[in-house]
Amino acid sequence: MRFSALKVLTEGLKGNSGWGPHWRDPEPAQEYDIIIIGGGGHGLSTAYYLAKEHGLKNIAVLEKGHIGGGNIGRNTTIIRADYFLPGNSEFYSHSLKLWEGLEADLNYNVMHSQRGKISLFHSDGQRDAMIRRGNSIRNQGDDAELLSVKQLRKMLPYLDYEQGRFPIYGGLLQRRAGTARHDAVAWGYARGADQRGVDLIQNCEVTGIDVSGGVVKGVQTSRGPIRAKKVGIVVAGRSSQLAAMAGMQLPIESHVLQAFVTEGLKPCINHVVSFGMGHFYISQSDKGGLVFGGDLDMYASYAARGNLPMVEHVAEAGMTLMPMLGKARMLRSWGGIMDMTPDGSPIIDKTHIEGLFLNAGWCYGGFKAVPASGNCFAHLMATGTPHSAAQGFPIDRFRTGHGLIDEEGTGAQHNLH
Amino acid sequence: MRIKCPLCGSRDRREFYYQGHASILDRPDPESTLETWNDYLHNRENLAGVTEDLWHHEQGCGAWLVVKRNTVSHEVLSARLAKENGL
Repeated sequence: MRFSALKVLTEGLKGNSGWGPHWRDPEPAQEYDIIIIGGGGHGLSTAYYLAKEHGLKNIAVLEKGHIGGGNIGRNTTIIRADYFLPGNSEFYSHSLKLWEGLEADLNYNVMHSQRGKISLFHSDGQRDAMIRRGNSIRNQGDDAELLSVKQLRKMLPYLDYEQGRFPIYGGLLQRRAGTARHDAVAWGYARGADQRGVDLIQNCEVTGIDVSGGVVKGVQTSRGPIRAKKVGIVVAGRSSQLAAMAGMQLPIESHVLQAFVTEGLKPCINHVVSFGMGHFYISQSDKGGLVFGGDLDMYASYAARGNLPMVEHVAEAGMTLMPMLGKARMLRSWGGIMDMTPDGSPIIDKTHIEGLFLNAGWCYGGFKAVPASGNCFAHLMATGTPHSAAQGFPIDRFRTGHGLIDEEGTGAQHNLH
Repeated sequence: MRIKCPLCGSRDRREFYYQGHASILDRPDPESTLETWNDYLHNRENLAGVTEDLWHHEQGCGAWLVVKRNTVSHEVLSARLAKENGL
């Protein structure tokens, strides 16, 4: 079934009786060429690109819960390509380009909205750093504009520009950045993969990885053993547990990152606004809720909820930046579990086991990476060589110290990102 | 979340700084292999369940504590002075 304006119109006239499920619910086969563990955004996009760009057919995605029930449904939906360092720079640039063609490619409305993202700065030194970052973004081929306070006041009249602690000196705008409907991204990739013959198997938890003579042979699951020639682990949030099944320890510590949404309001925040000094960022969903978040709770956690000190901190930062927030009522909060790596950048690599591949360590930046992560991981799994945009993410960089991508410049150690 | 400091009693989580898994107390010999140092610095068991972490009571007595905690429920089970590990 292909979606089109005509289809929407005719279905409207027929009482919407002709819509079917967007993907099948198949029983697992006994063997696949490729198994992707994890039916989140990254796993689904990997399966999609394996089928679409590499012509592979015999693929399964194993999801322990339901499609879209993990971190792909627990983020703040921001898309941007404003990274500074080589490695990240070309990768997120690749991702942004894929986002721009995604709806046409998937024939699915993911509500991609290039509303622009503004990063604020608060001193002369930070302005210099922002100019440098902006130049680096333009060098990678993407857009960045420096905004003066005068320009900013016109665009964001609701900020408190004169606050004593962090007076606003300007902002860096990336117009092509924005947001997308996170659930729809999962659904769109799931439907696209399914249409190309990928089996999406839900309620199927992987309980073991079968390895023999250094070669992966398949997986044990809650729905029985499944053989496979290649297996990809794409389970950010639970990467360490899956890796342990293959006898590996990863350079990952899991942390909880909280996010919040207010009741639905009339349109008032037209961009994504990032207030780095307060670890605060905000956008408004198409439904009207103000979606915002802060920093990690900063202790290892697998609980998909945080503690009150960070709630208080985020609320304080929000009030400091935009006092009008105080009139909004918070509807709910949630926590996502982040694979935190020592340098704050991800891992897309082979493992020491032949046929076993790893996609992990997305820290708090996984959502915007969904298209490129799947695209590059599919390339690696299909061809055995890294995609040109994802050559900077080998796991060995921590052991050797070569090629660390420490975007924040705090040092490649746990608990610093 | 509250942590029961052996010196100060039950205190709010905000008084403590989280350092990481308590395995960092077992510092390898300086002459150890690259693999040993890589495991020590970077690789983690990263358990979902009961684990032991190193916390600094920076806004209290200043002691380093080994805190036994459940990473799934956030329940704090016990805390002892890290110097009992020889720190």
